[in-house]
Amino acid sequence: MISKPHDTAARHTGEVLLDIRDLVVEVDNSGAWQPIVKGISLSLRRGEVLGLIGESGAGKSTLGLAALGFTRPGCRIARGSVSFNGIDLLRESEAARRQIRGTRIAYVAQSAATSFNPAHRIIDQTIECAMRLGGLTRQQAIAQAKALYAEMQLPNPNEIGDRYPHQVSGGQLQRAMTAMAMICKPDLIVFDEPTTALDVTTQVEVLASVRRIVTDHHTAALYITHDLAVVAQLAHRIMVLRHGELVEEAETGRMLADPREAYTRSLWTVRNLEKPEEAPTQPILKVSHVDAHYGDFKVLEDICLDLPRGRTLAVVGESGSGKSTLARVIAGLLPATSGTISLNGAALASSLKQRAAGQLRGIQMIYQSADAALNPRHTVMDLVGRPVTLHTGLKGHACARRVVELLEMVELSEHHITSFPSELSGGQKQRVSIARAIAADPEVFICDEITSGLDQLVQEQILKLMLNLQKELDKTYMFITHDIATVNAIADNVVVMQRGRIVQQGPKHELLSSPTHPYTKALLAAVPQMDPHWLDGVLNDSTARLRRQEALRQSALV
Amino acid sequence: MGSGFVTLFIVSLIIFAAIAVLPGDFAKVALGRSATPETVANFQRSLGLDRPVTERYVSWIGGALKGDLGLSFSSGSGTPRTVNGIIGPRLKNTLFLAALAALISVPVALLFGIIAAIRRNSWLDRSLNALTLVGISFPEFFVAYVLMLLLAVKLPIFYSLARITPGMGVVEIAERLALPVATLCFGIIAHMMRMTRAAIINLLSSPYIEMAKLKGTAPWIIILRHALPNAWAPISAVIAFNLAYLIVGVVVVEVVFVYPGIGQAMVDAVRSRDIPVVQGCALIFATAYILLNLLADVIAIATNPRLAHPR
Repeated sequence: MISKPHDTAARHTGEVLLDIRDLVVEVDNSGAWQPIVKGISLSLRRGEVLGLIGESGAGKSTLGLAALGFTRPGCRIARGSVSFNGIDLLRESEAARRQIRGTRIAYVAQSAATSFNPAHRIIDQTIECAMRLGGLTRQQAIAQAKALYAEMQLPNPNEIGDRYPHQVSGGQLQRAMTAMAMICKPDLIVFDEPTTALDVTTQVEVLASVRRIVTDHHTAALYITHDLAVVAQLAHRIMVLRHGELVEEAETGRMLADPREAYTRSLWTVRNLEKPEEAPTQPILKVSHVDAHYGDFKVLEDICLDLPRGRTLAVVGESGSGKSTLARVIAGLLPATSGTISLNGAALASSLKQRAAGQLRGIQMIYQSADAALNPRHTVMDLVGRPVTLHTGLKGHACARRVVELLEMVELSEHHITSFPSELSGGQKQRVSIARAIAADPEVFICDEITSGLDQLVQEQILKLMLNLQKELDKTYMFITHDIATVNAIADNVVVMQRGRIVQQGPKHELLSSPTHPYTKALLAAVPQMDPHWLDGVLNDSTARLRRQEALRQSALV
Repeated sequence: MGSGFVTLFIVSLIIFAAIAVLPGDFAKVALGRSATPETVANFQRSLGLDRPVTERYVSWIGGALKGDLGLSFSSGSGTPRTVNGIIGPRLKNTLFLAALAALISVPVALLFGIIAAIRRNSWLDRSLNALTLVGISFPEFFVAYVLMLLLAVKLPIFYSLARITPGMGVVEIAERLALPVATLCFGIIAHMMRMTRAAIINLLSSPYIEMAKLKGTAPWIIILRHALPNAWAPISAVIAFNLAYLIVGVVVVEVVFVYPGIGQAMVDAVRSRDIPVVQGCALIFATAYILLNLLADVIAIATNPRLAHPR
């Protein structure tokens, strides 16, 4: 089995490949240049993997792109130097930089689904750079691409390149993108959150492939992520960034065992939030034997679950497992084709239009993306005031007072009332969404991945807020998530879904400590742990390997 | 495809209904003020105008489906003139003029649009933009008369009248048609070029374009290989729109240059209240419009890999 590249000798004696000195990158904020990277220096030796970690806005991606001598439109490098192999990239001509990009330094983007051109076959995009700058013939390049696909353990490496990007899964595309980065055998690859958009079970596959290929080819890498557990599996050294500045830098082992800075420690503790399980209560919402279809395609099959009053039910599963569809069916947005749903003992009509006003008020949704769920042209007053007026009939000053009360409940203050969503941070926007849901005074909140778009520290704050609200208002939550740490933090009961069915359900501790269904086991095993040897363990674990083979077989069938 | 036919059917109904409710009576105009009610009625009977509207529509659309647009009201008793006979040569002339204008304007517009997108915000892009804005802003008859004044009157290089006869050679035809073609191109190049530029630039903030840059791809390859293939849908829509305009909207240009095209034929027919010819022209315009837009849809589907290569 592949083991972590602990060839310390090479790392200490190898020549310096990338040397960034006092780099300042500024962004154009309507005329004024504001620094987003504030004088960071780093150096990377041949074959070394450096992890860059931090929240959004820390400047990690900007720094990663600067390693290629590249800045996004609207940004500029104000000071500093980026020297690669002794060449100062910032002093070279654009044409000279182009010669280096893709051949000597390659880039793997966060979202392969949008970073592949939809108009061309995967193989043509993979070999593009090798043919133009690498001096290979088409046949040579294709042969090499296929070898790399096989190395990345893509199914059908000989044929998969002939597909268009939309015809393969997200995990496969992410691996194809890594193959594309490797095609010219670069000295350095910048990985920009390559597994963030993936399910945990897929993430393990991609992580393993990335680590194998980087080790085997002795390629240096900058690995950018916000997930410490992920970077711990790959990096020799970790740099923690915040607000464009370096917080702490250390060897991985030392960093994990003994973080020095308070901010670094806070990143560590975040994932340890845990809700004590509470005594069961009477169910407020009952779902029995529900099926649902998209056209002729069955998306939910025989769903039975209870939501106990004042408790949290977590629904977990990977994307496409039917979690969000279940939420839509309960809310009445997608009528169930059979089965019954009842709220407080009264049966709910399957379609939204046939439900009584009180029943509609009783179930409120909070969505993953507050950006998409909040109308950008409405102020917070409009956004929260409208459901207040609709459900309580309050108008004018009374309504404004109620809005302020609601904002205080979600720990926002009165002066946010005139703000537009664009003036708020991600966490604040999600708080407005929560306030809007409370405005209707519902009995059940359906929370669809409400923390997954947020930084870890903000996630923790939102989860704590939801816990407090539950205690104060005695509300019932259905919490859809793919993240086991979130389950730990908030759930009393858990439902595990796969391909539209419930494969296992039960009280949280029972389910997490003794998963019975193989899929639940695979899901729990795939959650990255803060242990640098976790990935080795997973890869050696026979059940996980079986699951991987099964996944490969299935994707080959698609 | 089906929706195209349905649209065409509805359009034919509207054409027929609109002309049926229009004031003005061919019989009265033809026979003059002094005609008695009896002669008018007789005349109407001979033209079939006394039959109920629905019956007239059915026989008209039935004929149109077989390619026969009926008889013109200008037919004499012994000399029947078919609508096809009147419109046919005119349509050929219009299509010829439109084809010439399209052959020049579409490649030029695409080329300029792509160049403007590659060199966006350069002086070249700015001047192309300014020039085309001028092109869109001026009414066609104004452009036509200015061109005529400059290139036919002051500098007599080209002809101010676009009269062509069957025996003319290619060079002569080209000389005669140079000004109307130039006038038509002036307006539509501007429109198509600006849309091409916008459609391409719209895509340049896509993550896959950034990826292409990070693979060391040269700017012009990024535009041609990575942006353009994804921009065909909006570009083909605007090209179809402009080609349809070449057939449907050339009336002004035809009148200014006295070109014997279908637009002129329609104007003449309206003046003499020759309803079958007006209807025939309107139907041909609608068909051209719908066919070209259908073609644009087909291109949009064919160039969308999600539709052309389903999972």
